[in-house]
Amino acid sequence: MKRVFILLLFISASFFVLSTQNSQAQCKGFAKNVCKLELVPFTHDGNYHAAVLTEGEEAELYKTFYSDQEYRVAVCGSDNLPEIEFKVMDAAQNVLYSNKDHDFSKTWDFKLESSQQLKIVVKVPSRGDKSKEPASGCVAIMFGFKVK
Amino acid sequence: MKLKMIQRDLIRVFLLALIAVSWVSCKSGEKKEQAEENAVEVDVSQLNDEMFKDINEAKQIFYSLPSPLETAMLIKSTGVGYNEDLLNDVDNVTKYSTSKSMALNLGIYTCDLSFASLYDQTQSSIDYMNAAKKMADGLGILDAISQENIDRLEENINNRDVIMDIISETFMNSSSYLQENDRSAVAAIVLVGGWMEGLYIATELVPDTANLENNKLVHRIVDQKLSLNIVERLLNDNKDNPDIQAIMKDINEIKAIYDKIPMTASSSSETSTNDQTHVTTIKSASNYKITWAIFNELKEKVKVIRNNYIS
Repeated sequence: MKRVFILLLFISASFFVLSTQNSQAQCKGFAKNVCKLELVPFTHDGNYHAAVLTEGEEAELYKTFYSDQEYRVAVCGSDNLPEIEFKVMDAAQNVLYSNKDHDFSKTWDFKLESSQQLKIVVKVPSRGDKSKEPASGCVAIMFGFKVK
Repeated sequence: MKLKMIQRDLIRVFLLALIAVSWVSCKSGEKKEQAEENAVEVDVSQLNDEMFKDINEAKQIFYSLPSPLETAMLIKSTGVGYNEDLLNDVDNVTKYSTSKSMALNLGIYTCDLSFASLYDQTQSSIDYMNAAKKMADGLGILDAISQENIDRLEENINNRDVIMDIISETFMNSSSYLQENDRSAVAAIVLVGGWMEGLYIATELVPDTANLENNKLVHRIVDQKLSLNIVERLLNDNKDNPDIQAIMKDINEIKAIYDKIPMTASSSSETSTNDQTHVTTIKSASNYKITWAIFNELKEKVKVIRNNYIS
């Protein structure tokens, strides 16, 4: 009986690890095959920022952007998620851009007069349907720049 | 009678104009006050620390350092020339056998590869791609840089856009593999290696005759002060790892020198969007002050640390 219990525990743990790794691996594929396309014609910087998020969850990203460079930020979510919200804030917490004001656009192009650190806040809105399990899926944040 | 009516109308128009002018000047006064408020300059380190004040650790947090490709692009965009002697010799690949040295040099070789590619150095690009592949293979990063990537690089060696795409793809393969296999410490070391190589190349390329206040490359080097807290947090997330602890010591030494470079920035920014290009410009100002003594101290410290990484 004890052996069966240990075996079941092992199988459950293995299933959990495998399913987590599988969903993470899907995020890599999602970032590479779906979100990266949103950066065209900008050059992807090569950094990888993606995670599985559930409805109602948020993520934050901190990055320094440099003067006189043109950037594109792309924020994408899996098809099963509601439209992803994102906003870009400066160090004083001023909102410089919110995609809620731009029909939930997946991208924003910008440049800076002087280099500064910015924060990108990403939120998977909740559909608020209590009869259903909140959906989970990949969310990727990617950056592109123009090669000079 | 008619004259009186005209006079009355004129008085009305005058009063309306007076109200309009007062309103406009009042508004412009508000704008001026706002602009003056925004023009307040504060220390950037304090400003960036403020940004992390309300951080909620329960959320998914990403700290993003410039990738080796972005670092190389930032150097090239200042207009400096290519100097192969500054790059890490590809023959050094045999020296690296520990996880730390391979991770650091994966970042370093990827930065060198990006630098060589941006200057259309075809053979060097192939050599550095092979060197980076050896580091990735040594770290057990499966198929980060495949033979297919190298063949594609060779076939498109004169097409810079394709080469940039291959470099960004292979770098993303490495970082995603490391993050998804709970090796975030190694991923952080790769990024720091690339960042340090960029800082090394940049500091070495500043001519002795440069005007430190106006030189574009010096500006980029000073700008790295803005990324120091991101480097610290990236490493701090993996502080229990002994390799990370050693690198944290190096970063603290670099930070101590950057602390001597006063840098101020507008306390907040404004934006304006070009209707045709749809590109938004984030308007703000920043200032820094650096002396040759401090610049040389930074250059020497970066050289010592980077040479230690490649030895």
